[in-house]
Amino acid sequence: MSELRLMKGNEVVAEAAIRCGCDAYFGYPITPQSEVMETLMELRPWETTGMVALQAESEIASINMVYGAASAGKRAMTSSSSPGVSLMAEGLSYLAGAELPCLVVNVSRGGPGLGTIQPSQADYFMATKGGGHGDFHLIVLAPSSVQEMHDFVFLAFDLAFKYRNPAMILADGVIGQMMEKVELHSPRPRCTDEELQKAVGSWAVTGKRHRSRNIITSVELDPAIHEKFNQKLQAKYAEIQEKEVRYEELLCDDAEYLIAAYGISARIGQKAVELLRAEGVKAGLFRPITLYPFPSKPMAARAGQLKGILCVELSAGQMIEDVRLAVGNCLPTAHFGRNGGIIHSPNEVVAALKKLKANCE
Amino acid sequence: MMNTEEIIKPENLVYAKSKTLTDAPMHYCPGCSHGTVHKILAEVIDDLGIQDKAVGIAPVGCAVMLYSYLDIDWVEAAHGRAPAVATGIKRTNPNLHVFAYQGDGDLAAIGTAEIVHACNRGENITIIFINNGIYGMTGGQMAPTTLLGMKTATTPQGRQADLNGYPFKALELMAQLPGVSYATRQAVHTPGAVRQAKRALKKAVEKAYAGKGTSFVEVVATCSSGWKLSPTEANRWMAENMLPFYPLGDLKDE
Repeated sequence: MSELRLMKGNEVVAEAAIRCGCDAYFGYPITPQSEVMETLMELRPWETTGMVALQAESEIASINMVYGAASAGKRAMTSSSSPGVSLMAEGLSYLAGAELPCLVVNVSRGGPGLGTIQPSQADYFMATKGGGHGDFHLIVLAPSSVQEMHDFVFLAFDLAFKYRNPAMILADGVIGQMMEKVELHSPRPRCTDEELQKAVGSWAVTGKRHRSRNIITSVELDPAIHEKFNQKLQAKYAEIQEKEVRYEELLCDDAEYLIAAYGISARIGQKAVELLRAEGVKAGLFRPITLYPFPSKPMAARAGQLKGILCVELSAGQMIEDVRLAVGNCLPTAHFGRNGGIIHSPNEVVAALKKLKANCE
Repeated sequence: MMNTEEIIKPENLVYAKSKTLTDAPMHYCPGCSHGTVHKILAEVIDDLGIQDKAVGIAPVGCAVMLYSYLDIDWVEAAHGRAPAVATGIKRTNPNLHVFAYQGDGDLAAIGTAEIVHACNRGENITIIFINNGIYGMTGGQMAPTTLLGMKTATTPQGRQADLNGYPFKALELMAQLPGVSYATRQAVHTPGAVRQAKRALKKAVEKAYAGKGTSFVEVVATCSSGWKLSPTEANRWMAENMLPFYPLGDLKDE
């Protein structure tokens, strides 16, 4: 049975984890996402679904516990915020290199360094360009509502297991902290041992009963074999780019100007589009839902009708690089964003778009 | 005199390669202790009949290819992270025998946080800690366990306390923690020591599986290449120099 509740974005991640049949959560406290683990400890899923929840000694330990549980084919996850995710970079590279599925939730905050505990979207590069050594990508989903915080826990696990690749929910401090109405999915039971054997028995370490041994590793000393493995990884990313692009368009059909924004910036952008339309400006919102794979093709398909694109991000301008790769140099693009924990207002976005418009006309 | 046919009769069999040991030729240098520890680990797995429910965590270091030699399921961990990886597996699979195999750089330098906290939580896993006082794979640099005065690639004048700190007694540290139920230091430089180490390893695996907490087995080991000694000289040097500082025996057995 699905169920309606008023919940915080962080709390709903915990609730969704239990409901989607997650086997294990390992985490370390960090603002602004500590409610994820606090909620899990309050809900005590080990007494109901059998899900493990453990507070680790660091984010490095958390991601390696995830690596261990994922090696055994389990649905394992962690959550953190920007500085903590930096510490996980090594583990994420190993997970991708060993082709292990898992979920990492980054409720991002302002950086660099210790930065600030206020919301930010300055981890776009880290999330979408790999976030660790070597040629790899995470599958990155960007929720812009508490409902999507819930839904993307299910989606992220499904994609992670479909492609045997780590998935990340890249949220921000606003989405993590704000409360909204959310429809909780009906619970999906955890995999039984038999289901797990059937689904992941060919690669997971579960004890070598009735089969030859499984080895989870990312090391290969023969460069020729290692290059082949890397080509296989790249083929997987190409397939992900082909099949898994997700995005949302609002009032784009007749738009002359696009606001490109994800996460909380898309919510603010939506209001800005309303205000602009009221003034007669043909503005639309293009919201990437998957940041990797980036919706380059659908964005490029809009380029012909547009006079300009304004990228709105809580950063100094990171996603704008992917927007420019998508539409090329033929179209004026501009960045507007606050950073360091300050959130832009719809009126600021309206002013920025009018400035772009004045430059284009 | 028995003829060959009589000698190979099953009732005359006194020793055989264990089922768990693969046929892959080991890559270790002559005189290295790793091969012997692998062999007794395989024998313990055979003796306990746990080949089908054992999962090993291989380290970064000379034993990085450990998964080639024992026919069980394996996970290769990042440098120092094996106890966290083992925690993730054991917590979600309580019916598996989980052990982490780590060298002194892996366990006592880069992975100190992970080993201390896995032991402190009393994870029901077995830690096998190879202490040869040197980084073998990267070419003989100083390890946290390098003895004072010992020459390595990064302490060419010998380890000095004021410059490099003191040799690190990981076993003594872990034995303090209530989560650790068995802490022992062994060696494999003589046939007697090998037999004793095997008994200790078997006890360690049994106790961890019984849910007593973490078992921690240190093996003081040789690195003839890193020490620039012949295999026999390395064994002698270890007995004369390493063992007085890292004495053998059980520190804790609860």
